Amino acid sequence: MTALISARGLKKIYRRGAETVRAADGISLDVNRGELLAITGPSGSGKTTLLNLLGCLDTPDEGSLSVAGTEIFGSGRKLAEGRLTLLRRRTFGYIFQQFHLVPTLTVLENVLLPRVFYQNGPLRKSPGEILKRLGLEHRAEHLPAQLSGGEMQRAAIARALINGPEAVLADEPTGNLDSTRAEEIKEILSSLAADGIAVIMVTHNPALAGAAGRIIEIRDGRITPSPKP
Amino acid sequence: MNIYSVASKNLLRRKSRTALTAGGIALSTWALATLLGFSRGYENALNRDIDNMGFQVLLTAKGCPYEAATLMLKGGTGLRYMKEDIVRSVASNPEVEETTPMLMQGVFDPDKGENGAVAAYLGVDALSFPRMKRYLEFKQGGWFRDNTAREAVLGYEAAELEQREAGDKLLIPGIGAEMTVSGVLKRSGTQDDGTIFLPIGTVRELFSRQGQLTALGIKVRKGADIDALENRLYDLPDVQVVSLAQVKTTIMGLVSGAKAVVLALALIAVIIAMSGVANTVLMSVMERFGEIGIIKSMGALPSDIFKLVLAETAAVCALGGVSGLLLAALTARLSETAARHFLPYAPGGALIIIDGRTAAAALAVILAGGLASGLYPAWRAARVRPVEAMRGEQ
Repeated sequence: MTALISARGLKKIYRRGAETVRAADGISLDVNRGELLAITGPSGSGKTTLLNLLGCLDTPDEGSLSVAGTEIFGSGRKLAEGRLTLLRRRTFGYIFQQFHLVPTLTVLENVLLPRVFYQNGPLRKSPGEILKRLGLEHRAEHLPAQLSGGEMQRAAIARALINGPEAVLADEPTGNLDSTRAEEIKEILSSLAADGIAVIMVTHNPALAGAAGRIIEIRDGRITPSPKP
Repeated sequence: MNIYSVASKNLLRRKSRTALTAGGIALSTWALATLLGFSRGYENALNRDIDNMGFQVLLTAKGCPYEAATLMLKGGTGLRYMKEDIVRSVASNPEVEETTPMLMQGVFDPDKGENGAVAAYLGVDALSFPRMKRYLEFKQGGWFRDNTAREAVLGYEAAELEQREAGDKLLIPGIGAEMTVSGVLKRSGTQDDGTIFLPIGTVRELFSRQGQLTALGIKVRKGADIDALENRLYDLPDVQVVSLAQVKTTIMGLVSGAKAVVLALALIAVIIAMSGVANTVLMSVMERFGEIGIIKSMGALPSDIFKLVLAETAAVCALGGVSGLLLAALTARLSETAARHFLPYAPGGALIIIDGRTAAAALAVILAGGLASGLYPAWRAARVRPVEAMRGEQ
């Protein structure tokens, strides 16, 4: 089976004054469709940097990355920004710890926001279906301020799914939720993977990581031996 | 949902800031539209006043040309006189179709106002004057019977001021002469509205001005060479020639200085408002760097973000612009009253015209300026890199 995302020798170095931080130090990794992958590690180890590199939001200093058979970075080349944006539209959905819903838009409008910039793209599932699946159909016309934390994160997941992505990247998706709401999110992410979507999540939550099919731990920008094969 | 509905909802996020920015734009639009409306309205009103005079050239006794211009349009003080026989030598020119003699007389009326005021009477020829002023219509009655009748015709406002109707008596202060009001004119929107007309022979007799004139209106034949006529009239002794074009140029020259100052102020107001727009939109973009990064991560192209920010700018400018135009239309009469107070000469009728053309011109300037001031914030927003924006947000 061909991997959806294939990274080889990814390096990303940040310089803060005299200090050099190796956020990614030669990471090689394959992620398959339908896989639920957890990235764990201490704060500042480079988890979010790796997620951003895999999601084509950041550019590596070295290494290569292919997504769905398209080479994004490699051999000193980088896909043009316009083509990269088009690839992000149809391939990735992103979920953030802070939800990042637009406060003046209703839940339904927030979910539809990615469609504003991708109106000609195929709509695999209607917003109504997605909201129903996430148990938010009764909240469609509510503003984010009227939702609980769990509902806001579910709305953010619905937004990530609207373009029918092949991969969902989640950065601390349960970081702002209590254990009950975190459990709901875990169930949802597991079900997405069961539907064939590659789910890559950065988490400190052992229960959430426990639901993953594979866990990789990052220390000092490198993958340490996996605690769970 | 489209990019424009997202933009309009973004404006609602900081309602008071949006309202204040739109308010600033509204004020500058109001100033601009009022000025543009004044520019058109004043010239139209002046042209109408001059066209309604019925004659294209005016002869007056030699004196100050500005006073002559004022006399021609409004009536003046310190009057000078010329001999009546000038009518014959003027009428002998082939370019002249008709002439109408006028004799103006001012009388101090101690009962007028708090400290008294000058009441002006314009003696006109009962035959030629009505022929030249064909646009004048009567509300009541009609012109005097002949040039020696003890009758008066009152302009609309003069009748209101004197509280007289056709058939009423009108006393000329100082000399105790009593006139019968033969007619009251309908409102014409010109200086004739405030004039009291008397037969020219009656004025001569009452004020002992036999054989004298203050002005001679000259109607020129269609297609005749006015310049050639004026050159010949310049050779006449002790008279000055005031042509329609000269009057218009003189008055427009007086007003253009004031217009330039007001235009400069209006442009400064527009520039200040546009700086406000640039500042507000830039602030809004900086506050939303993280959100813009998220939107870009969802697949928005830099051009989408550029369009989104420009749409927000256009929406706030359109809101302020339309409000400013409404304000300008609602306050046009008030602005006109103020303008009349400060102007050296104000013709009758509407001085400020806020019509479709004026509104479109003002709105176009405001929208163009607004969009120009939104370019930099839109460019900054379009350049946001998702990962950096999100990192800054956390």
